[in-house]
Amino acid sequence: MKTSQRKRIEIIIGEAVLIFFAFLFLLPILWMFCTSLKSSGQIAEYKQLFPNPATVRSYIEGFAGGQFGLYIRNTVFIGVMCVIGTVSSCSLVAFGFAKFKAKGKNFLFMVLLATMMVPQTVTLIPSYMLYSKLGWVNTFIPLILPAFFATSAFNVFLLRQFFAGLPNELAEAGRIDGCSWFGIFMRIYIPNTKPALLVVTINQLVYVWNDYMAPLIYLGKPDKFTVALGLNMFKAQYGGAMDVGPLMAMACLTVAPLLVLYVCFQKYFVEGIATSGIKG
Amino acid sequence: MFYLFIAPWIIGFCAFTFFPMLFSLVTSFTDWSGLGLPTKFGLDNYIQIFTADKSFVTALKNTLVYVGVSVPLNMTVSVILAVLLNQRMPGTNFFRAVFYLPTICTGVALYIAWMYLYNGDTGYINVLLSKIGIEGPRWLADYKTALPSIILMDMFGCGTSMTIVLAGLQDIPKDYYEACELDGASGLQKFVHITIPMLSPVLFFNILMAIIKSVQIFTQPYVMTEGGPARATFVYGLYLYNTAFSYTKFGYASALAWILFVILIAISLVVFGTSKFWVFYREEVD
Repeated sequence: MKTSQRKRIEIIIGEAVLIFFAFLFLLPILWMFCTSLKSSGQIAEYKQLFPNPATVRSYIEGFAGGQFGLYIRNTVFIGVMCVIGTVSSCSLVAFGFAKFKAKGKNFLFMVLLATMMVPQTVTLIPSYMLYSKLGWVNTFIPLILPAFFATSAFNVFLLRQFFAGLPNELAEAGRIDGCSWFGIFMRIYIPNTKPALLVVTINQLVYVWNDYMAPLIYLGKPDKFTVALGLNMFKAQYGGAMDVGPLMAMACLTVAPLLVLYVCFQKYFVEGIATSGIKG
Repeated sequence: MFYLFIAPWIIGFCAFTFFPMLFSLVTSFTDWSGLGLPTKFGLDNYIQIFTADKSFVTALKNTLVYVGVSVPLNMTVSVILAVLLNQRMPGTNFFRAVFYLPTICTGVALYIAWMYLYNGDTGYINVLLSKIGIEGPRWLADYKTALPSIILMDMFGCGTSMTIVLAGLQDIPKDYYEACELDGASGLQKFVHITIPMLSPVLFFNILMAIIKSVQIFTQPYVMTEGGPARATFVYGLYLYNTAFSYTKFGYASALAWILFVILIAISLVVFGTSKFWVFYREEVD
């Protein structure tokens, strides 16, 4: 009886701590959302968190003041292209590292992992100069092209772990049936790798959506802006005003797709991270 | 066959990593501004940076403070949250989802929201603090609290390492704890003698990843403070960006980038060096 009572107290304390933390973790998003639903009069009453009554006027004003439809289209385009590039190139490379024996393989794999350590800024200036010589600045090419060449070491690593976990007998069976290596890869292994590919897809989409530095450097004209750049420009225009409603409305708008993605694919977010950390 | 499959990476590595690095290393010894050809070749940039560049000192100091405080803080919070989540209490899945949420939404949108939350007069954080009788600081507007404010904000981005730690916790065999309980160990003893050693490889991985990420901090100060007030949040990434893309001093900026890279390697080597004292792999424990 006594131990069960102690257990119960422990659970209550634990729950209280969790709820407290959950409140802190949710507060910024909650505040952002509530503020976006306030009228300008309500925003002046900053001590009040919840809108009463709620209004969508901030969304209407925000849409009229910025070009968020365009920013979203740009970002989705970059995101989709990067996903196609990353999934195809990283899975090929990962399969190579997982299923073949070759001289220098381990060394190359170490090099691949080591590239994770190289700060973006070291390669940024030469890449920028190259793209500017090619006339590709102010296009989406600099943001998309690297994805087609397995530059995301993390995703290669993740997929390699996954391929390594699939039995080699599948490949042997394919060889006996006269299947080429590429056929084995496409027809036997890829269909078995769907969860991992989904993890990579989600990683890549979230990365593109939130990335700021690369778009900032390569995209100078507002008609090419991604949501992150567009939102910061919108902040420069509207941030000084007392009425932050439209800014918060557009901030919510840019976060909403991520939330939808997260709610739908929560399992895959967690799975990808857990694999990378534990089996490493 | 192997090389055929990894060909995309080989091309990508050469085109987007290796040759740019080489090029950047060469550039770092010149006064190249992107137009025409460089006129000088030598150690001028490095000498300038190490002997006469006050911005470099400020930027490096701020970045090291950020890394030095942010990484341990995030590690501690992620372990605390993971241990709590591992207790199998009601609503664990919900809480885990909530704690991971800010990690996904780390972008300009959330940084902007934090700017207003941190406002000294009308920010909601100070409203909440005043409700419990605390007069909140000026956060981003005060020289002393600006950098800590960013560190605190980034603490909420610990979802990735929390998830990894949680997976690590679930990997620890139950019988280790049971054996310990038979010996009459307390909760704290179990944590110190089983949980921490068993988690050490995971923590090691997390620390390394966190260092790599936080050394490169850029967007937060760029969006929120532009390095201010009085350069309190002027970090290395910001200095590098300004040097390269506002003043087009590509040679100088390349030298700055390489110094950052070397510092990152040095820190990582130190972490690697200490790892043999505190990181245990399962084979050794068994």
